[in-house]
Amino acid sequence: MIEFTFWDILRNLLLATRWTIVLSLIAFVGGATVGLLLTFMRLSSNRWLQRLTSLYVDLFQGTPLLMQLFLIFFGAAAMGHPISAWLAASIALTLFTSAFLCDIWRGCLEAVAKGQWHASRVLGMNYFQTMRHVILPQALRLSIPPTVGFSVQVIKGTALASIIGFVELTKAGTMLNNATFEPFTIFALVALLYFALCYPLSCYARYLEKKLYDAGLR
Amino acid sequence: MGPTLDFLTLLPYVSELLKGFTTTVILTVVTTLTGLSLAVAVAYLRVNAQPWVRWGLGGYVEVTRNTPFIVQLFFIFFGLPGLGIKIDAITAAFIAMTLNLAAYSAEILRAGISATAKGQLEAGRALGMTTLQSYRHVVLVPAFARVYPALISQSIIVMLGSAVVSQISVFDLTYAANFIQSRNFRSFEVYLLITLVYLLLAFGMRRSFMLVGKRVFAYQQGEQR
Repeated sequence: MIEFTFWDILRNLLLATRWTIVLSLIAFVGGATVGLLLTFMRLSSNRWLQRLTSLYVDLFQGTPLLMQLFLIFFGAAAMGHPISAWLAASIALTLFTSAFLCDIWRGCLEAVAKGQWHASRVLGMNYFQTMRHVILPQALRLSIPPTVGFSVQVIKGTALASIIGFVELTKAGTMLNNATFEPFTIFALVALLYFALCYPLSCYARYLEKKLYDAGLR
Repeated sequence: MGPTLDFLTLLPYVSELLKGFTTTVILTVVTTLTGLSLAVAVAYLRVNAQPWVRWGLGGYVEVTRNTPFIVQLFFIFFGLPGLGIKIDAITAAFIAMTLNLAAYSAEILRAGISATAKGQLEAGRALGMTTLQSYRHVVLVPAFARVYPALISQSIIVMLGSAVVSQISVFDLTYAANFIQSRNFRSFEVYLLITLVYLLLAFGMRRSFMLVGKRVFAYQQGEQR
């Protein structure tokens, strides 16, 4: 039997952290792209598009992320197209992230005072000009702190990919635990590594929030 | 296997589904109560206690908010026995969910508490209330009313997150689904069904929370507007 020293454990966990980071990046970039699309669908004047988007957001916010993962992973297999844990996790986390970002961004766009739309219209700007020159620049400033804050939820969400067998930080922890029987050390280290990834982002989000508040925008 | 759905294959497993459903509901109800109570205590102590208590609680809140729930659960269930503290799966689930909800809610409550003007507390004292009385009526209850919607959302998030306790073999709704699909190989049907159940649970929770809020915070309605 191979003996694991503390450094072996730490090294293996650090190596697995790479996949947590990669998966988080995929989910965040994918989620932001889909989320942006959804935000504009939600703001369109088409009733059906609005309803469809709210339904999408409600569905993803009202069900466990674990079930979303399972449905995509097992659903693809049931349809006769089995997909890897990698792909299933990427898709599920992208959709999950997009729903939450859509909700956050819609809130930011709506937070810009309604009167500004009317004022821009009176000045002769059309929808896109108003959006581009008046609403978006303000909404963007408002949206950055909660978006950074949500990235922490995305990183933590990737831990669930371990359940469908994707080897990231949490899965590496359980595997190492099975090999070494040192659960206390291992899960403390796993928690510490997540903390090291998430805490700086949390602090940054709080800092940005405070800056907005001090600027009198909130 | 073709892309056909057959929900009738779930019929023989109604009792398992009911058992899992009951566990999830009990876990949620109990941890919502314990979690929110603990949150009140933590929020109070983070403002009023000795510096070292405040510092320690701050650490607890930050660590909990910046690590995944599943890792907290594994740490409590697998990690603590390494120190000689043995707990069974359902207790570990209760502890993990309570600590998780309390950390988030304490932070939400703190925002509500800090929105109360200092003068109001002094006014309460001047009216002859004891410290605890004025804290309760002037600070805590209005703060609770102010952040109530955020607390509802957080409690629902913890309920949805409880799907993970199936991983330490707690017989909850997700465990029931895992059990059933290992017998009848109809994974998609059973997961679709329980996803719907979770959705209804989330909806029902929001509804009942709002009903309770309407009664409890009735006299606060004017202030909230």
